Amino acid sequence: MLTKRIIPCLDIKNGRTVKGVNFVDLRDAGDPVELAEIYAQTGADELVFLDISATEERRKTLADLVLRVAEKVNIPFTVGGGISSIEDVDILLQNGADKVSINSSAVKNPQLINDLAAKFGSQCVVVAIDAKNIDGNWVVHLVGGKVPTELNLFDWAKEVEKRGAGEILFTSMDNDGTKDGFANEALAKLSTELNIPIIASGGAGSIQHFTDTFKDGKADAALAASVFHFKEIEIRDLKEELKTNGIPVRL
Amino acid sequence: MKIVIINYGAGNIQSIKFAIKRLGFEAVLTDDVNEILAADKVIFPGVGEASSAMSKLRASGLDTLIPTLKQPVLGICLGMQLMCNASEEGETKGLGIFNVDVVKFSNKVKVPQIGWNEISNLTTNLFNKVKEKSHIYMVHSFYAPVTNETIAKSNYDVDYSAALQKNNFYGTQFHPEKSSEVGEQILRNFLEM
Repeated sequence: MLTKRIIPCLDIKNGRTVKGVNFVDLRDAGDPVELAEIYAQTGADELVFLDISATEERRKTLADLVLRVAEKVNIPFTVGGGISSIEDVDILLQNGADKVSINSSAVKNPQLINDLAAKFGSQCVVVAIDAKNIDGNWVVHLVGGKVPTELNLFDWAKEVEKRGAGEILFTSMDNDGTKDGFANEALAKLSTELNIPIIASGGAGSIQHFTDTFKDGKADAALAASVFHFKEIEIRDLKEELKTNGIPVRL
Repeated sequence: MKIVIINYGAGNIQSIKFAIKRLGFEAVLTDDVNEILAADKVIFPGVGEASSAMSKLRASGLDTLIPTLKQPVLGICLGMQLMCNASEEGETKGLGIFNVDVVKFSNKVKVPQIGWNEISNLTTNLFNKVKEKSHIYMVHSFYAPVTNETIAKSNYDVDYSAALQKNNFYGTQFHPEKSSEVGEQILRNFLEM
């Protein structure tokens, strides 16, 4: 049976992890490669690297990082942040990334999704969508949730599926950072109305939240950052508990 | 040992190279016929769309070379699918090594299948020391149904071939290079054939 995936997310700035991490066994707490290796060894199913740097050299730094990760890590990983062209994607995939995640660039230029799917295949195109529930309407936001668009979450999600996205990474801005659980109602609607995998993001605070997002939110995968980085939740414990609750996982 | 990865502009080749390196071997990426013929092991990768990958193979003449190879050959993901008779994807005629037609998953399940699934009914040396129901990483929208060449099964809506074998030719639908320790064991088994 296909298992539900647990995905730690690493924020990267100039080739280094940004959010503090609480791994005493790390020699270099800012080294994304070392952290990625530890996650791969301790049961993570996949990794996401999100580049938030804004320098001129970002492309090269990110491409170098991807190469270093691919050299060490034996599980799949996705790279996102500032990707806006076929050339960007080409170098990242060539260097060993399995998938790329696009967000603002897809909203600004939806044709990019078609072009990437045609050139590299849908399986490596993840469209990340950040949305906020405003008076009952889930509004897509850009720039880390700062800038609202005209787009409705569900309409946009269906459009990206039609254009060839292989997966959707949905972050609820209302839940992100709250540690109060994932936006399961919206997730379940996405999962039911679309026929591609949905990754839940934003709100993870406890093991129960993961159980809920797989059961109630019908998510195919769940992504979190700080609960893993600060060891509030160990991935092995999380997976044992999910298994006890009848959710298929890889142990 | 000389290991080559067939280079025809399709796929996540870097990851395969690195996975082989982690096992203590070096692999060469090449489209040179003589280099491929002289290799001890040949890896035939592939990610992307079947018909365009097949056109690239034809353009370089590799489509006629691959079925004649005598050393162990491992097709991975789309590589495995292209070794079959045909694929429903882009109505593509394959290399005809495995006697099966690749078809698309139905709409009853999410497509593509992305993630870790189980493999079972494991046979041949490719799965030495690999436990039944081990998890491996799959990313695909099309699959090869179960045939008498199936050496590992998986299930997603239907039972399908997670791996195929005929003579010196092996193919895995999953990505051993991305399948953690289990994948490393499978790659090691192939390299030790």
